[in-house]
Amino acid sequence: MADLKVQEDKKGKWSMIGKDPYAMPIEEIDLSHPGIWQANEFLPFLKRLRDEDPVHYCARSAVGPYWSIMKYKDILAVDTSPDIYSSEPTISIVDSFDEFTLPSFIAMDRPKHDEQRQTAQSVVAPGNLKRLEVIIRQRVCRILNNLPLGKEFDWVQNVSVELTTQMLATLFDFPFEDRHKLTYWSDMATAIPGRGVAESQEERWAAIQECLAYFTQLWNERVGNEPGFDLVSMLAHGEKTKDMPPMEYLGNIILLIVGGNDTTRNSISGGIVALNENPREYVKLRNNVALIPNMVSEIIRWQTPLAYMRRTAKQDTTLRGKEIKAGDKVIMWYASGNRDDEVIERPNDFWIDRPQARQHLSFGFGIHRCMGNRLAEMQLRILWEEIMQRFKFIEVIGNPERVYSSFIKGYTKLPVVLHANS
Amino acid sequence: MKNIIFVEHDGTEHRVEARVGTSLMLAAVTNGVPGIDADCGGSCSCATCHVYVKEDWLEKISDKSEMEEAMLSLSPDRKLNSRLACQIPITEELDGLEVSMPEFQF
Repeated sequence: MADLKVQEDKKGKWSMIGKDPYAMPIEEIDLSHPGIWQANEFLPFLKRLRDEDPVHYCARSAVGPYWSIMKYKDILAVDTSPDIYSSEPTISIVDSFDEFTLPSFIAMDRPKHDEQRQTAQSVVAPGNLKRLEVIIRQRVCRILNNLPLGKEFDWVQNVSVELTTQMLATLFDFPFEDRHKLTYWSDMATAIPGRGVAESQEERWAAIQECLAYFTQLWNERVGNEPGFDLVSMLAHGEKTKDMPPMEYLGNIILLIVGGNDTTRNSISGGIVALNENPREYVKLRNNVALIPNMVSEIIRWQTPLAYMRRTAKQDTTLRGKEIKAGDKVIMWYASGNRDDEVIERPNDFWIDRPQARQHLSFGFGIHRCMGNRLAEMQLRILWEEIMQRFKFIEVIGNPERVYSSFIKGYTKLPVVLHANS
Repeated sequence: MKNIIFVEHDGTEHRVEARVGTSLMLAAVTNGVPGIDADCGGSCSCATCHVYVKEDWLEKISDKSEMEEAMLSLSPDRKLNSRLACQIPITEELDGLEVSMPEFQF
């Protein structure tokens, strides 16, 4: 399938940028193109589909035909029916390139999914997180203490990326001085070639091979040692995972790097944006830092760091009266479900003491529910606890730049100025 | 109203009254019992309302569905007496039911 090239971008035939979703035939609405996501113009498209065609078939797109599931309750139904809606062969809207596909349990069904998840999840289970909390707080403090005051800098590079990278290095017990490779490999693994990160599939693949080589060496070092609490050691010693083929090992490593990378990064940035756009909420936060845990959930809902997850129908099925055929591509738009006023009160409000704040779709639900969810929440909680002890205002002083993707909802640049507590 | 006892991981007891027909999860959440997160709001989709049922009570609770079993099987602290509280309806027979919470919900 064709790479989405730079030239096809804003003027390209698939882009919805600048279009009014209410002034076009509803069947022509296509959410898959990254244009409206990067331009932050996607909300009206989601709303029209949610209200008028919540199980919507898009017949033509750069990624072929697909169904869009827009409502919270329908997304929940699909997410919790893994026997009907499979996660194989991929959870991306882009169909796999055979030779460039990395198997990992996010894109597996039972029973293989369960075997691999059960081993990997120990590293991010709350019991292990307790051990990690101290080191996370140390790293947060060191980063925050080294930020410039009263002078513009990019929050994304200096805080969001740096903090999540350090966190990943800890999870893998990865050599600290090489930690930037983790971000690089993650960005390459998810890159759309030709958009400034990877120029081609070949370049992307070379980076992924480098990742495999490095992690294979770590495996070889640790398989002979006593089992440790890092992910490599857990996989190397786990009964069901110690014999896994190299490509599967790589796939799971990439899964954890990617899963713990962009998502957390973009929630960190997203919280800053949300508070700046909603200054009354920022006042509320300053007056009551006990709201931080609830705010963390609300940030994750509001930002929805992964806009969708894709499934493939294994059999003919019906959803809200629409007939989905076996083999059809089905997209659960978490970014839409999280703004569904049928389930969520005042869904477009960023409301830090919202009740039932944890009931959002950003982590998914069912057997594939994000296994890093507690780790993500812990990082964000610690970060905001330490921020509030230092800065009364993290002021966004320019327009944020967003990621070119309909999958990863985030920020590539966020210019800020810090104002310290007096 | 039926009497339910929730025991936190540290041993703290909470005694609540619950209506027949509500779920054990809602009985906890609406009475402010800590240690049950119920992220999905009761749809058997998150496994964060995980409880351990005191043995003598297990057989008085309706059997678990395949979906509940699938979610429980992924819980790292799963034991033989594990159940998801959102899947346990309060019935006449459960007057005096005692459950305890794991240290963490995940």
